[in-house]
Amino acid sequence: MRKINLWAWLWIFLGGLYFFGPLYGALDFSLREKRGVLSFLAYQNVLKDPSFRNSFTYSTLIGLATIIVGLLLIVSTAYWVHLRLPQARPIVDFITLLPFVVPAIVLVDGFIQIYSGPPFALTNTPQGANVLLMFGYIVTAMPYMYRSVDAGLRAIDVRTLTEAGQSLGAGWITILFRVILPNIRTALLSGAFLTFAIVIGEYTFASLLARPAFGPYMVLLGQDRAYEPAALSIMSFALTWAAMMIIQFLGRGAPGQGQVAVAH
Amino acid sequence: MLTYMAEATQADSQGKPLIRSFLPTNLLVWLGVLPFFLFAILFILMPSSSLVVGSFQDTQGHFTFKNIVDLFTPSILNSYLLSIQISLVTAVVGALFGFMLAYAAVLGGLPRWVRTAVMTLCGVAANFAGVPLAFAFVATLGRTGIFTASLRDAFHFDIYQHGFNLYSFGGLALTYLYFQFPLMVLIIAPSLDGLRNEWREACENLGASTWQYWRYIALPILLPSLLGTMILLFGNAFGAYATAYALTGGFLDLITIEVGNQISGNVLYNPNLGLALALGMIVVMSVSIGLYSWLQRRTARWLR
Repeated sequence: MRKINLWAWLWIFLGGLYFFGPLYGALDFSLREKRGVLSFLAYQNVLKDPSFRNSFTYSTLIGLATIIVGLLLIVSTAYWVHLRLPQARPIVDFITLLPFVVPAIVLVDGFIQIYSGPPFALTNTPQGANVLLMFGYIVTAMPYMYRSVDAGLRAIDVRTLTEAGQSLGAGWITILFRVILPNIRTALLSGAFLTFAIVIGEYTFASLLARPAFGPYMVLLGQDRAYEPAALSIMSFALTWAAMMIIQFLGRGAPGQGQVAVAH
Repeated sequence: MLTYMAEATQADSQGKPLIRSFLPTNLLVWLGVLPFFLFAILFILMPSSSLVVGSFQDTQGHFTFKNIVDLFTPSILNSYLLSIQISLVTAVVGALFGFMLAYAAVLGGLPRWVRTAVMTLCGVAANFAGVPLAFAFVATLGRTGIFTASLRDAFHFDIYQHGFNLYSFGGLALTYLYFQFPLMVLIIAPSLDGLRNEWREACENLGASTWQYWRYIALPILLPSLLGTMILLFGNAFGAYATAYALTGGFLDLITIEVGNQISGNVLYNPNLGLALALGMIVVMSVSIGLYSWLQRRTARWLR
């Protein structure tokens, strides 16, 4: 038994090394902008930069829009499928998995094909391109959002809750917003934070739709600065970490909380 | 009424076709999912099919196979091959390393907190990708990175003089592995949990060795989910664009970089060929996802 334990510790150690190595590298590097002393100069430079604030605010706003519109779409669909349309489940499940088959770079190519000319010339105006970016992000986040919401709805008795609401005289809006949503708030928040983690530093959609988002800003900064990118890396890591911690905190005790996201 | 509805739902979930679903009232019920289908058509199906249509057209809009034929020219074929190679390498290495790590955390007989910590860190790492990940690797293993510099200062050993280069295939693979193996851990851990103690005990009672247990019981049960996860990792790396672009500045000739160059107009050729490039990626991804769901169905029998 002792031998097995030793092997197990070895693998854990190697995993830890791989995980913390680049983080340590980025942290150490980010503190060396001033020669000879450790300083937070790189972080100060980043925070002072107006383009940082603008692009970060932009990505945050797009992220919020993605979460609100995405959740409305996903929750109403998942709720309806649970309550009235179980026969639609296979096709809805299938559609929510499509973003895995179509990588972001391919989807954005298709977006530009469809939406750069009539009848829906969305890429020609900033507002149109923002809307397009938001829908691109909804597609990217959909598999995770849907799974989260679906798991939440499975855990409660949708039918009984709805009928209880109806027999007390509530309308659809009241039932959805005051009965169903509060009961799956954990799933909603998990989905929201995961979406935020995906959207905030996203590069592919933002850069190819030429939007002033945080991802393209980071790449631009990486081309002509040395220490600031490392600082940005640490800041992004802190954001991802915070989002995952919140998700884990929310999901305490809930089954099936292995959150997995991908947006490279 | 309630029991009737409950029975109806049961029938539905068993996949039996219901005559009710063809009645007009049920057409109204389908309206509830109309926004979702509209969204899927507008932002997934139409963009994807525009790639298919455009791939078979020339610049004047006439039907042609030329773009598809041109995919098989050496430079394009090499881009696909390079992408497939890096995806295969990082999928296999990531899966093996991730499996060992998950095995150590779940079945290695370590304290409970180790497992929790490993799962948490993997959740973070699998989501920490793209531009910031590339920056972290540049700061660590780049030409002036912390690790490179300290080796040079302490031992006068320059890894860049000895064949290492972060901005190459090997370096990119090393970077991809940062999100590949944690994803493996997250996905494979539940399967490891599914290995029942009774099976191992039954083996021991029948006098089997540990090797025999793994060779004839555990591995055959795990194999579909191991291979399935490997395919998922493959797709994960195959579609990656941001990490590769931020790390290599678009100089490594991956297929995603090629498609990106086409879109942003960095190259002068036929835009319809660019669509065919993207279509080729969808084909590769469809084949791998098809394999994945086939393997998933084989595993589902043994879990829970």
